[in-house]
Amino acid sequence: MIPAPFDYVRPASLDEACQVLGEAASSGDDVKVLAGGQSLLPLLRLRLAYPSALVDLGRLPELRGVEDRGDHVFIGALTTHDEVLRSGVVRERIPLVALATATVADPAVRHRGTFGGSMAHADPAGDLPAVALALDCVFVVRSGEGEREIPAAEFFVDYLESALEPGEVLIGVKVPALGPGWGFHYEKFHRTAQAWAIVGVAAAVRRSNGTIEEARIGLTNMGSTPVRARAVEAAIRGVSIAAAGSNGAHDPVRDACAGADEGTSPPSDLHAQPDYRRHLARVLTHRAIGVAGR
Amino acid sequence: MPRITVTVDGITYQEDVEPRLLLVHLLRDRLGKTGTPIGCDTGNCGACTVMLDGMSVKSCSVLAVQADGNDVVTIEGLAHGNEWHPMQKAFHEEHALQCGYCTPGMIMAAIDLLRDDPDPSEETVREGLEGNLCRCTGYCNIVRAVRRGAREMSQRSMPEQAEQTEREVRTP
Repeated sequence: MIPAPFDYVRPASLDEACQVLGEAASSGDDVKVLAGGQSLLPLLRLRLAYPSALVDLGRLPELRGVEDRGDHVFIGALTTHDEVLRSGVVRERIPLVALATATVADPAVRHRGTFGGSMAHADPAGDLPAVALALDCVFVVRSGEGEREIPAAEFFVDYLESALEPGEVLIGVKVPALGPGWGFHYEKFHRTAQAWAIVGVAAAVRRSNGTIEEARIGLTNMGSTPVRARAVEAAIRGVSIAAAGSNGAHDPVRDACAGADEGTSPPSDLHAQPDYRRHLARVLTHRAIGVAGR
Repeated sequence: MPRITVTVDGITYQEDVEPRLLLVHLLRDRLGKTGTPIGCDTGNCGACTVMLDGMSVKSCSVLAVQADGNDVVTIEGLAHGNEWHPMQKAFHEEHALQCGYCTPGMIMAAIDLLRDDPDPSEETVREGLEGNLCRCTGYCNIVRAVRRGAREMSQRSMPEQAEQTEREVRTP
Protein backbone atom coordinates (compact mmCIF):
# COMPACT_ATOMS: atom_id res chain seq x y z
CA MET A 1 0.00 0.00 0.00
CA ILE A 2 0.91 3.63 -0.39
CA PRO A 3 1.39 5.67 2.79
CA ALA A 4 -0.91 8.60 3.57
CA PRO A 5 0.65 11.94 2.55
CA PHE A 6 3.08 13.61 4.93
CA ASP A 7 5.55 16.48 4.90
CA TYR A 8 9.23 15.66 4.91
CA VAL A 9 12.01 17.53 6.69
CA ARG A 10 15.68 16.58 6.57
CA PRO A 11 17.58 18.65 9.15
CA ALA A 12 21.25 19.28 8.43
CA SER A 13 22.29 19.18 12.09
CA LEU A 14 21.17 17.80 15.42
CA ASP A 15 20.46 21.35 16.64
CA GLU A 16 18.19 21.95 13.67
CA ALA A 17 16.46 18.61 14.30
CA CYS A 18 15.81 19.59 17.93
CA GLN A 19 14.47 22.94 16.79
CA VAL A 20 12.11 21.37 14.23
CA LEU A 21 10.88 18.79 16.75
CA GLY A 22 10.50 21.45 19.43
CA GLU A 23 8.37 23.67 17.19
CA ALA A 24 6.22 20.70 16.18
CA ALA A 25 5.78 19.74 19.84
CA SER A 26 4.64 23.22 20.87
CA SER A 27 2.17 23.47 17.99
CA GLY A 28 0.85 19.98 18.70
CA ASP A 29 1.79 18.60 15.26
CA ASP A 30 1.97 14.85 14.96
CA VAL A 31 5.52 14.42 13.66
CA LYS A 32 7.55 11.23 13.68
CA VAL A 33 11.31 10.88 13.65
CA LEU A 34 12.58 8.78 10.73
CA ALA A 35 15.80 6.88 11.38
CA GLY A 36 16.32 3.74 9.25
CA GLY A 37 12.60 3.40 8.66
CA GLN A 38 12.53 -0.39 8.85
CA SER A 39 9.73 -0.41 11.43
CA LEU A 40 8.16 2.96 10.62
CA LEU A 41 7.76 2.54 6.86
CA PRO A 42 5.80 -0.73 7.13
CA LEU A 43 3.51 1.01 9.67
CA LEU A 44 3.00 3.93 7.27
CA ARG A 45 2.31 1.60 4.36
CA LEU A 46 -0.26 -0.34 6.35
CA ARG A 47 -1.68 3.05 7.41
CA LEU A 48 -1.38 2.07 11.04
CA ALA A 49 0.41 5.41 11.44
CA TYR A 50 -0.26 8.65 9.57
CA PRO A 51 1.90 11.45 10.98
CA SER A 52 1.65 14.92 9.44
CA ALA A 53 5.41 15.06 8.93
CA LEU A 54 8.56 12.93 9.08
CA VAL A 55 11.79 14.40 10.40
CA ASP A 56 14.56 12.40 8.73
CA LEU A 57 17.67 12.09 10.91
CA GLY A 58 19.26 9.63 8.48
CA ARG A 59 21.98 12.05 7.33
CA LEU A 60 23.30 13.17 10.71
CA PRO A 61 26.76 11.58 11.03
CA GLU A 62 27.13 12.81 14.62
CA LEU A 63 24.51 10.27 15.68
CA ARG A 64 26.43 7.36 14.19
CA GLY A 65 29.18 5.24 15.64
CA VAL A 66 30.31 3.06 18.54
CA GLU A 67 32.60 4.42 21.23
CA ASP A 68 34.34 2.53 24.05
CA ARG A 69 34.11 4.72 27.17
CA GLY A 70 35.60 2.37 29.72
CA ASP A 71 32.77 1.30 31.99
CA HIS A 72 30.29 1.50 29.13
CA VAL A 73 30.04 1.52 25.36
CA PHE A 74 28.15 4.40 23.76
CA ILE A 75 26.18 3.48 20.65
CA GLY A 76 24.98 6.42 18.57
CA ALA A 77 21.26 6.18 17.86
CA LEU A 78 21.70 6.15 14.08
CA THR A 79 24.27 3.32 14.08
CA THR A 80 22.84 0.60 11.85
CA HIS A 81 22.47 -2.99 13.04
CA ASP A 82 25.01 -3.92 10.38
CA GLU A 83 27.52 -1.43 11.80
CA VAL A 84 26.87 -2.73 15.33
CA LEU A 85 27.59 -6.28 14.14
CA ARG A 86 30.82 -5.20 12.44
CA SER A 87 32.10 -3.41 15.54
CA GLY A 88 34.93 -5.17 17.37
CA VAL A 89 34.17 -3.04 20.45
CA VAL A 90 30.61 -4.39 20.54
CA ARG A 91 31.70 -8.01 20.10
CA GLU A 92 34.37 -7.79 22.79
CA ARG A 93 32.89 -5.41 25.36
CA ILE A 94 29.12 -5.91 25.07
CA PRO A 95 28.71 -9.32 23.39
CA LEU A 96 25.03 -9.64 24.35
CA VAL A 97 24.25 -6.75 22.00
CA ALA A 98 26.04 -8.53 19.15
CA LEU A 99 24.28 -11.83 19.87
CA ALA A 100 20.83 -10.25 19.85
CA THR A 101 21.49 -7.93 16.90
CA ALA A 102 22.54 -10.90 14.77
CA THR A 103 18.98 -12.24 15.15
CA VAL A 104 17.28 -8.97 14.14
CA ALA A 105 15.40 -9.41 10.85
CA ASP A 106 17.76 -10.11 7.92
CA PRO A 107 20.84 -8.59 6.26
CA ALA A 108 18.95 -6.12 4.04
CA VAL A 109 16.93 -4.79 6.98
CA ARG A 110 20.06 -4.64 9.15
CA HIS A 111 21.71 -2.42 6.53
CA ARG A 112 19.05 0.26 7.13
CA GLY A 113 17.57 -0.38 10.57
CA THR A 114 19.23 1.43 13.46
CA PHE A 115 20.07 0.59 17.07
CA GLY A 116 18.36 3.72 18.40
CA GLY A 117 15.38 3.35 16.10
CA SER A 118 14.61 -0.13 17.44
CA MET A 119 14.74 1.25 20.98
CA ALA A 120 12.61 4.34 20.35
CA HIS A 121 10.08 2.20 18.45
CA ALA A 122 9.63 0.35 21.78
CA ASP A 123 8.17 -2.78 20.25
CA PRO A 124 8.03 -5.46 22.98
CA ALA A 125 8.61 -8.05 20.20
CA GLY A 126 11.86 -6.28 19.23
CA ASP A 127 15.02 -8.03 20.39
CA LEU A 128 17.09 -5.08 21.54
CA PRO A 129 14.75 -3.56 24.17
CA ALA A 130 14.97 -6.75 26.28
CA VAL A 131 18.78 -6.57 26.04
CA ALA A 132 18.77 -2.91 27.10
CA LEU A 133 16.57 -3.78 30.07
CA ALA A 134 18.69 -6.75 31.12
CA LEU A 135 21.92 -4.71 30.95
CA ASP A 136 20.44 -1.59 32.61
CA CYS A 137 21.33 0.61 29.66
CA VAL A 138 20.93 4.38 29.89
CA PHE A 139 19.20 6.34 27.12
CA VAL A 140 20.61 9.76 26.27
CA VAL A 141 18.00 12.11 24.82
CA ARG A 142 18.17 15.71 23.66
CA SER A 143 15.72 18.51 23.03
CA GLY A 144 15.94 22.27 22.64
CA GLU A 145 16.06 22.41 26.46
CA GLY A 146 19.19 20.27 26.71
CA GLU A 147 20.11 16.69 27.45
CA ARG A 148 18.75 14.18 29.91
CA GLU A 149 19.31 10.51 30.67
CA ILE A 150 16.61 7.88 31.08
CA PRO A 151 17.36 4.48 32.65
CA ALA A 152 16.12 1.47 30.66
CA ALA A 153 13.73 0.53 33.48
CA GLU A 154 11.84 3.79 32.82
CA PHE A 155 12.31 4.05 29.05
CA PHE A 156 9.83 1.41 27.88
CA VAL A 157 6.44 2.72 28.93
CA ASP A 158 3.90 0.70 26.97
CA TYR A 159 3.30 -1.01 23.61
CA LEU A 160 5.20 1.09 21.00
CA GLU A 161 5.52 3.86 23.59
CA SER A 162 8.79 5.10 25.06
CA ALA A 163 9.49 7.77 27.66
CA LEU A 164 10.59 10.20 24.92
CA GLU A 165 8.57 13.41 25.18
CA PRO A 166 7.41 15.30 22.09
CA GLY A 167 10.35 17.42 20.99
CA GLU A 168 12.92 14.97 22.31
CA VAL A 169 15.23 12.84 20.21
CA LEU A 170 17.22 9.79 21.27
CA ILE A 171 20.87 10.48 20.49
CA GLY A 172 22.46 7.31 21.82
CA VAL A 173 22.53 4.54 24.38
CA LYS A 174 25.07 3.83 27.11
CA VAL A 175 25.52 0.06 27.32
CA PRO A 176 27.28 -1.02 30.54
CA ALA A 177 30.29 -3.25 29.83
CA LEU A 178 30.10 -6.03 32.37
CA GLY A 179 33.47 -7.26 33.53
CA PRO A 180 35.14 -10.66 33.34
CA GLY A 181 33.21 -13.59 34.76
CA TRP A 182 30.06 -12.71 32.85
CA GLY A 183 28.60 -14.93 30.15
CA PHE A 184 25.85 -14.00 27.70
CA HIS A 185 23.23 -15.51 25.46
CA TYR A 186 20.16 -14.45 23.50
CA GLU A 187 17.70 -17.28 22.97
CA LYS A 188 14.87 -16.65 20.57
CA PHE A 189 11.95 -18.67 19.31
CA HIS A 190 10.45 -17.57 16.00
CA ARG A 191 9.01 -18.80 12.76
CA THR A 192 11.74 -19.58 10.23
CA ALA A 193 10.23 -17.30 7.58
CA GLN A 194 9.89 -14.37 9.97
CA ALA A 195 12.40 -13.06 12.47
CA TRP A 196 9.91 -11.57 14.97
CA ALA A 197 10.40 -13.22 18.35
CA ILE A 198 7.41 -15.22 19.54
CA VAL A 199 9.37 -15.12 22.80
CA GLY A 200 13.02 -14.16 23.35
CA VAL A 201 15.31 -14.27 26.38
CA ALA A 202 18.37 -12.06 26.91
CA ALA A 203 20.60 -13.50 29.62
CA ALA A 204 23.71 -12.19 31.35
CA VAL A 205 25.15 -14.54 33.96
CA ARG A 206 28.09 -14.01 36.34
CA ARG A 207 29.54 -17.27 37.53
CA SER A 208 32.34 -18.28 39.83
CA ASN A 209 33.60 -21.80 40.60
CA GLY A 210 30.64 -23.46 38.91
CA THR A 211 28.07 -21.37 40.75
CA ILE A 212 25.83 -18.61 39.44
CA GLU A 213 26.44 -15.48 41.52
CA GLU A 214 24.23 -13.08 39.63
CA ALA A 215 21.94 -13.15 36.60
CA ARG A 216 20.08 -10.53 34.62
CA ILE A 217 17.26 -11.77 32.44
CA GLY A 218 15.25 -9.69 29.95
CA LEU A 219 12.20 -11.14 28.21
CA THR A 220 11.06 -10.25 24.69
CA ASN A 221 7.36 -10.26 23.79
CA MET A 222 6.02 -11.30 27.20
CA GLY A 223 3.96 -8.14 27.77
CA SER A 224 3.37 -4.65 26.41
CA THR A 225 6.99 -3.77 27.25
CA PRO A 226 10.13 -5.87 27.66
CA VAL A 227 10.17 -7.43 31.13
CA ARG A 228 12.86 -8.44 33.64
CA ALA A 229 12.44 -12.00 34.96
CA ARG A 230 13.11 -10.91 38.55
CA ALA A 231 11.84 -14.13 40.11
CA VAL A 232 14.44 -16.13 38.18
CA GLU A 233 17.18 -13.61 38.97
CA ALA A 234 16.46 -14.07 42.70
CA ALA A 235 16.05 -17.84 42.59
CA ILE A 236 19.18 -18.50 40.54
CA ARG A 237 21.71 -16.94 42.94
CA GLY A 238 24.09 -19.54 44.32
CA VAL A 239 22.79 -22.32 42.10
CA SER A 240 25.31 -24.74 40.59
CA ILE A 241 25.44 -24.49 36.83
CA ALA A 242 26.86 -27.98 36.33
CA ALA A 243 23.42 -29.46 35.78
CA ALA A 244 22.04 -26.67 33.59
CA GLY A 245 20.61 -27.96 30.35
CA SER A 246 20.49 -31.56 31.53
CA ASN A 247 17.24 -33.47 31.41
CA GLY A 248 17.77 -35.07 34.80
CA ALA A 249 15.17 -34.74 37.50
CA HIS A 250 17.42 -32.60 39.70
CA ASP A 251 18.32 -29.63 37.58
CA PRO A 252 18.29 -26.71 40.03
CA VAL A 253 18.56 -24.22 37.16
CA ARG A 254 15.34 -25.59 35.68
CA ASP A 255 13.67 -25.21 39.08
CA ALA A 256 14.81 -21.60 39.24
CA CYS A 257 13.41 -20.94 35.75
CA ALA A 258 9.93 -22.14 36.74
CA GLY A 259 9.08 -18.56 37.66
CA ALA A 260 10.30 -17.02 34.38
CA ASP A 261 6.77 -15.97 33.42
CA GLU A 262 5.95 -14.51 36.85
CA GLY A 263 4.55 -11.02 36.61
CA THR A 264 4.27 -11.12 32.80
CA SER A 265 1.14 -10.61 30.70
CA PRO A 266 2.01 -12.20 27.35
CA PRO A 267 -0.03 -11.27 24.28
CA SER A 268 -2.22 -13.59 22.27
CA ASP A 269 -1.82 -13.53 18.51
CA LEU A 270 -1.84 -15.90 15.57
CA HIS A 271 1.56 -17.28 16.52
CA ALA A 272 0.92 -18.17 20.15
CA GLN A 273 -1.55 -17.95 23.00
CA PRO A 274 -0.47 -16.63 26.41
CA ASP A 275 -0.11 -20.04 28.09
CA TYR A 276 2.20 -21.22 25.30
CA ARG A 277 4.29 -18.05 25.64
CA ARG A 278 4.56 -18.67 29.39
CA HIS A 279 5.81 -22.17 28.66
CA LEU A 280 8.31 -20.78 26.13
CA ALA A 281 9.56 -18.20 28.63
CA ARG A 282 10.41 -20.95 31.12
CA VAL A 283 12.04 -23.25 28.59
CA LEU A 284 13.97 -20.52 26.76
CA THR A 285 15.20 -18.93 30.01
CA HIS A 286 16.54 -22.32 31.05
CA ARG A 287 18.34 -22.69 27.72
CA ALA A 288 19.66 -19.12 27.78
CA ILE A 289 21.11 -19.49 31.28
CA GLY A 290 22.57 -22.86 30.30
CA VAL A 291 24.52 -21.27 27.45
CA ALA A 292 25.37 -17.98 29.20
CA GLY A 293 26.59 -19.82 32.30
CA ARG A 294 28.89 -22.15 30.40
CA MET B 1 7.66 18.57 -3.73
CA PRO B 2 11.28 17.56 -3.04
CA ARG B 3 13.57 17.15 -6.04
CA ILE B 4 15.98 14.23 -5.76
CA THR B 5 18.96 13.11 -7.78
CA VAL B 6 19.44 9.38 -7.95
CA THR B 7 21.55 7.11 -10.12
CA VAL B 8 19.83 3.90 -11.18
CA ASP B 9 21.70 1.22 -13.14
CA GLY B 10 24.28 3.76 -14.22
CA ILE B 11 21.93 6.52 -15.35
CA THR B 12 21.41 9.65 -13.24
CA TYR B 13 17.85 10.92 -12.89
CA GLN B 14 16.40 14.08 -11.37
CA GLU B 15 12.88 13.52 -10.15
CA ASP B 16 10.30 15.54 -8.26
CA VAL B 17 8.83 13.14 -5.77
CA GLU B 18 6.13 13.15 -3.14
CA PRO B 19 7.77 12.36 0.21
CA ARG B 20 5.56 9.28 0.55
CA LEU B 21 6.79 7.76 -2.73
CA LEU B 22 8.55 4.45 -2.00
CA LEU B 23 11.81 3.66 -3.76
CA VAL B 24 10.24 0.59 -5.36
CA HIS B 25 7.46 2.74 -6.85
CA LEU B 26 10.02 5.23 -8.17
CA LEU B 27 11.86 2.37 -9.84
CA ARG B 28 8.82 0.66 -11.32
CA ASP B 29 6.32 3.41 -12.04
CA ARG B 30 8.58 6.37 -12.87
CA LEU B 31 11.69 4.76 -14.32
CA GLY B 32 10.11 1.65 -15.81
CA LYS B 33 12.40 -0.71 -13.90
CA THR B 34 9.76 -3.42 -13.59
CA GLY B 35 12.43 -6.08 -13.15
CA THR B 36 12.10 -5.32 -9.43
CA PRO B 37 8.80 -6.81 -8.26
CA ILE B 38 6.71 -5.96 -5.20
CA GLY B 39 6.00 -9.01 -3.10
CA CYS B 40 4.66 -8.81 0.43
CA ASP B 41 4.65 -5.03 0.89
CA THR B 42 5.58 -5.51 4.55
CA GLY B 43 9.37 -5.75 4.38
CA ASN B 44 9.31 -9.48 4.88
CA CYS B 45 9.75 -11.29 1.56
CA GLY B 46 12.75 -9.58 -0.07
CA ALA B 47 11.38 -9.75 -3.65
CA CYS B 48 12.04 -6.00 -4.09
CA THR B 49 15.70 -6.17 -2.93
CA VAL B 50 18.05 -3.76 -4.74
CA MET B 51 21.51 -2.38 -3.98
CA LEU B 52 21.65 1.07 -2.42
CA ASP B 53 25.23 2.37 -2.40
CA GLY B 54 26.43 -1.20 -2.72
CA MET B 55 24.36 -2.70 0.09
CA SER B 56 21.18 -4.74 -0.22
CA VAL B 57 17.97 -3.01 0.87
CA LYS B 58 14.29 -3.78 0.52
CA SER B 59 13.08 -1.04 -1.81
CA CYS B 60 9.54 -1.22 -0.36
CA SER B 61 11.02 -0.07 2.96
CA VAL B 62 12.97 2.93 1.66
CA LEU B 63 11.45 6.26 0.66
CA ALA B 64 12.60 7.67 -2.67
CA VAL B 65 13.68 10.84 -0.85
CA GLN B 66 15.96 8.74 1.35
CA ALA B 67 17.83 7.65 -1.79
CA ASP B 68 18.60 11.27 -2.74
CA GLY B 69 22.20 11.47 -3.96
CA ASN B 70 22.63 7.70 -3.83
CA ASP B 71 23.42 4.95 -6.30
CA VAL B 72 20.87 2.20 -6.95
CA VAL B 73 21.50 -1.04 -8.82
CA THR B 74 18.53 -3.23 -9.74
CA ILE B 75 18.41 -6.65 -11.35
CA GLU B 76 18.24 -4.82 -14.69
CA GLY B 77 21.65 -3.28 -14.13
CA LEU B 78 23.57 -6.53 -13.69
CA ALA B 79 24.04 -7.78 -17.25
CA HIS B 80 26.74 -6.41 -19.54
CA GLY B 81 25.10 -5.99 -22.93
CA ASN B 82 23.81 -9.40 -23.89
CA GLU B 83 25.93 -11.19 -21.33
CA TRP B 84 24.29 -12.09 -18.06
CA HIS B 85 25.94 -11.54 -14.72
CA PRO B 86 27.51 -14.82 -13.47
CA MET B 87 24.91 -15.01 -10.71
CA GLN B 88 22.06 -14.69 -13.21
CA LYS B 89 23.67 -17.40 -15.32
CA ALA B 90 24.10 -19.67 -12.30
CA PHE B 91 20.41 -19.30 -11.37
CA HIS B 92 19.51 -20.26 -14.94
CA GLU B 93 21.86 -23.23 -15.07
CA GLU B 94 20.95 -24.63 -11.65
CA HIS B 95 17.23 -24.14 -12.32
CA ALA B 96 17.04 -22.02 -9.17
CA LEU B 97 13.47 -20.88 -9.76
CA GLN B 98 10.01 -22.11 -10.51
CA CYS B 99 7.68 -19.13 -10.78
CA GLY B 100 10.58 -16.65 -10.74
CA TYR B 101 8.89 -13.98 -8.60
CA CYS B 102 11.51 -14.04 -5.86
CA THR B 103 14.42 -14.37 -8.30
CA PRO B 104 15.43 -10.70 -8.76
CA GLY B 105 15.58 -10.20 -5.00
CA MET B 106 17.34 -13.53 -4.46
CA ILE B 107 20.04 -12.62 -6.98
CA MET B 108 20.60 -9.17 -5.44
CA ALA B 109 20.79 -10.66 -1.91
CA ALA B 110 23.11 -13.40 -3.20
CA ILE B 111 25.53 -10.88 -4.68
CA ASP B 112 25.37 -8.88 -1.44
CA LEU B 113 26.30 -11.83 0.77
CA LEU B 114 29.45 -12.42 -1.31
CA ARG B 115 30.84 -9.08 -0.09
CA ASP B 116 31.62 -10.75 3.22
CA ASP B 117 32.37 -14.24 1.96
CA PRO B 118 33.31 -14.79 -1.69
CA ASP B 119 33.18 -18.58 -1.24
CA PRO B 120 30.24 -19.13 1.13
CA SER B 121 29.28 -22.46 2.69
CA GLU B 122 25.74 -23.76 2.31
CA GLU B 123 24.96 -22.48 5.80
CA THR B 124 26.32 -19.01 5.04
CA VAL B 125 24.20 -18.82 1.90
CA ARG B 126 21.07 -19.87 3.78
CA GLU B 127 21.73 -17.29 6.51
CA GLY B 128 22.53 -14.59 3.96
CA LEU B 129 19.24 -15.24 2.16
CA GLU B 130 17.10 -15.36 5.30
CA GLY B 131 15.30 -12.18 4.28
CA ASN B 132 14.27 -13.58 0.90
CA LEU B 133 11.35 -15.96 0.71
CA CYS B 134 10.70 -18.45 -2.09
CA ARG B 135 7.20 -19.88 -1.78
CA CYS B 136 7.80 -22.48 -4.50
CA THR B 137 10.14 -23.99 -1.83
CA GLY B 138 13.04 -24.14 -4.23
CA TYR B 139 15.82 -23.32 -1.78
CA CYS B 140 18.05 -26.32 -2.59
CA ASN B 141 18.63 -25.19 -6.14
CA ILE B 142 18.93 -21.56 -5.06
CA VAL B 143 21.70 -22.41 -2.61
CA ARG B 144 23.49 -24.46 -5.29
CA ALA B 145 23.16 -21.57 -7.74
CA VAL B 146 24.58 -19.01 -5.32
CA ARG B 147 27.62 -21.17 -4.64
CA ARG B 148 28.13 -21.75 -8.35
CA GLY B 149 27.72 -18.05 -9.11
CA ALA B 150 30.23 -17.27 -6.37
CA ARG B 151 32.80 -19.60 -7.89
CA GLU B 152 32.35 -18.10 -11.33
CA MET B 153 32.58 -14.57 -9.97
CA SER B 154 35.85 -15.27 -8.15
CA GLN B 155 37.29 -16.94 -11.26
CA ARG B 156 36.41 -13.86 -13.24
CA SER B 157 38.19 -11.60 -10.85
CA MET B 158 41.43 -13.51 -11.60
CA PRO B 159 42.73 -11.97 -14.82
CA GLU B 160 44.55 -15.05 -16.20
CA GLN B 161 41.37 -17.11 -15.96
CA ALA B 162 39.04 -14.42 -17.22
CA GLU B 163 39.80 -15.11 -20.86
CA GLN B 164 39.13 -18.79 -20.50
CA THR B 165 35.77 -18.18 -18.82
CA GLU B 166 34.83 -15.86 -21.60
CA ARG B 167 35.62 -18.50 -24.21
CA GLU B 168 33.49 -20.99 -22.32
CA VAL B 169 30.63 -18.54 -22.32
CA ARG B 170 30.80 -18.14 -26.07
CA THR B 171 30.97 -21.86 -26.82
CA PRO B 172 27.51 -22.84 -28.02
